[in-house]
Amino acid sequence: MKEALYTIIVHSENIAGVLNKVTAAFTRRQVNIETLNVSASSIKGVHKYTITSRTDAVNIERIVQQISKNIDVIQAHFFLDSELMHREIAMYKLSTDILKSQPAISQIIRKYSAHIIEVNEVFSILEMSGVDEEITALYEELRNFNTILQFVRSGRVVVTTSSFEHVDDFLESRNKEHKLSRESCWSKDA
Amino acid sequence: MTGGEALLSALEDHGVNTLFGYPGGAIMPVYDKLYDHKEKLNHILMRHEQGAIHAAQGFARVSGQIGVCMVTSGPGATNTITGIADAMIDSTPVLVIAGQVGTKMLGSDAFQEVDLVGITQPISKWSYQIRSAADVPWAVARACYIATSGRPGPVVLDFTKDAQIGTLDYQPTIVDFIRSYVSNPQPVEGSLEQAATLINEATKPFMLVGQGVLLGEATAELEELIKKTDIPVGETLLGLSAMPSAHPNNLGMLGMHGNLAPNKATNLCDVLIAVGMRFDDRVTGNLETYAPQAKVIHLDIDPAEFNKNVRVDVPILGDCKQSLKKLTALCAPRNHQSWIDSLLPYTEEEHKVVCSKELRSTSDGSLRMGQVARLVSQATHDEAILVTDVGQNQMLSSRYFRYTHPRSLVTSGGLGTMGFGLPAAIGAIYGNRQVNHDDKKPVVLMTGDGGIQMVIQELGTIMEQQCPVKIVILNNSYLGNVRQWQEMFFKKRYSFTPMENPDYLKLSDAYGIKSKRVVSEEQLNEAIAEMLSYDGAYLLEVCVEKEGNVMPMVPIGGTISDMLLEP
Repeated sequence: MKEALYTIIVHSENIAGVLNKVTAAFTRRQVNIETLNVSASSIKGVHKYTITSRTDAVNIERIVQQISKNIDVIQAHFFLDSELMHREIAMYKLSTDILKSQPAISQIIRKYSAHIIEVNEVFSILEMSGVDEEITALYEELRNFNTILQFVRSGRVVVTTSSFEHVDDFLESRNKEHKLSRESCWSKDA
Repeated sequence: MTGGEALLSALEDHGVNTLFGYPGGAIMPVYDKLYDHKEKLNHILMRHEQGAIHAAQGFARVSGQIGVCMVTSGPGATNTITGIADAMIDSTPVLVIAGQVGTKMLGSDAFQEVDLVGITQPISKWSYQIRSAADVPWAVARACYIATSGRPGPVVLDFTKDAQIGTLDYQPTIVDFIRSYVSNPQPVEGSLEQAATLINEATKPFMLVGQGVLLGEATAELEELIKKTDIPVGETLLGLSAMPSAHPNNLGMLGMHGNLAPNKATNLCDVLIAVGMRFDDRVTGNLETYAPQAKVIHLDIDPAEFNKNVRVDVPILGDCKQSLKKLTALCAPRNHQSWIDSLLPYTEEEHKVVCSKELRSTSDGSLRMGQVARLVSQATHDEAILVTDVGQNQMLSSRYFRYTHPRSLVTSGGLGTMGFGLPAAIGAIYGNRQVNHDDKKPVVLMTGDGGIQMVIQELGTIMEQQCPVKIVILNNSYLGNVRQWQEMFFKKRYSFTPMENPDYLKLSDAYGIKSKRVVSEEQLNEAIAEMLSYDGAYLLEVCVEKEGNVMPMVPIGGTISDMLLEP
């Protein structure tokens, strides 16, 4: 079956151990995670995972079903690039000497709309946000000058182009369903 | 009160009255408090932690209530792992309470420390470390709710020593809502109607019944649907007993060692209705050739089961007790007698070629496993609770026993855990008492000589607790199932499957358990009668044909409807 790059968005309760369970869904099926980004979401007490992975349509459906099944996972969904706006941040640490001596580098930096955020005698730091291909392309061009001392990229952050992110609506409806029950079980941990 | 005592009170508040366990250093504060709770909590001291978890599983499977197992940290906890994995794959509600080193010692490789939460995360429905006494009532409540709601499963509480010793102001706590966990999901709108249309238009519908029907207590609803629609039924191994064996629409067991007619029906039907089952590979055989002609309707409470193995046309999410009821209302009365009649020749063929042989002794007078199983079943008027081990004993007992009431088969299906049988039978005794309040329905363990030796120490528990388990060892001096595969697929190279046995009568004697050995048909009936009428545990060693095979069979990866009737 044809492979594609999928982005998986998971919302979970903010408790220890959920990350393990999320990643285990991939490793158990021998599917590699390309990037993984975990942060607080816009909802208090809810964490958001953005994961990219290259696999086929059947596998991704099963993986996401297994992730959703975890008790503390609120929702999990998968998307193709066409359904997303996605960005990554990358930082490139360059040798200041080479940067000064090679004017072509400045042109490249402008071409990619990258920013220099630090300059000292030894090294300079370049920051760029963009899609995966742009970040890689800048890296390749800089590499030709043998100037890169360090390179790091953040992994993907995304927003969906559809009106996804009904997590708060979902939680609200869940809470309504159980008006009578005490506060959400996790309130004591919050 | 202390966290340890709070744990016991919380269990009592959740209706728990039986524990299976084994004490040790890191759980001693709880055991100390248990000394004062002996009246309300009947603790069964097993002889190994693996025995404790399997007993808890046996208890849960028969009673439908949560089975509780309590062990110490480190090796005590790791000894329960097999049972936790078994309970996960067979959807059994069990709670494992394990001691853990003090919070200050966590992560220091302390004596008997193991990362139990880390180990059990992939094989449990929920695992949680209790680090403060104040957490106890909530943790127990949440664990009980998760284990028993939705698709049931095992939960683990890793109980640090300082949380056991610390104090709290105990308040009874109930958890019946977790916002991220929908325990009672509802069908997607229109799915029931779609399914009913398919069923109403079907000329050859066929239903697959799994353990979900038993877990959802939906046997009456299933019966109603079948009565109205006249659909023939096949059951998974764990679904056996969801429907009486004698029901005219019941074609028998599905899968690798199931019956011929239901496996044929799978690939002949036009609509396949799967209820509370998960299309295990032992049920489906080769997925490419599994029911390609049929529209598939799948009823399950776990959405992750839809399209996992078999593509589903109409998924019906939710509790099958409700879904079956609604489906019955939407379905039109039908008569499928000619379709059912068209399948009868398969049943007759299987009987002629396989069963009639398996139900009698060999030409040189050796007993066969199926023969023993059927005679035991008959002697109990098909009223027994059958517990099996794993292997040929399991397949032949489940095939030739007959079932008259729900939850009367306890067996390790998904994980296939050898050594499950004996401790599960002990648990089944207590599970039976829990719901039926007496021992009138006998608990019969059908085991092999291999499986029982994995857990033979539990004869000590039977001795001490006077557990009236009727143990039938089908002794062929082989690891029979593996030997059968060696015979069929490995050129009869019997690599480490012949097995020398101890003298089971002497062993029973040492444990004060009444016993008998039989080798022939003449002795068998009388011995079975004696075993069943005896007031107490009884071990019946039946020496059976050494190289018997479980037939029919679908070889691994084979097409389900192409069963081999002979090896």
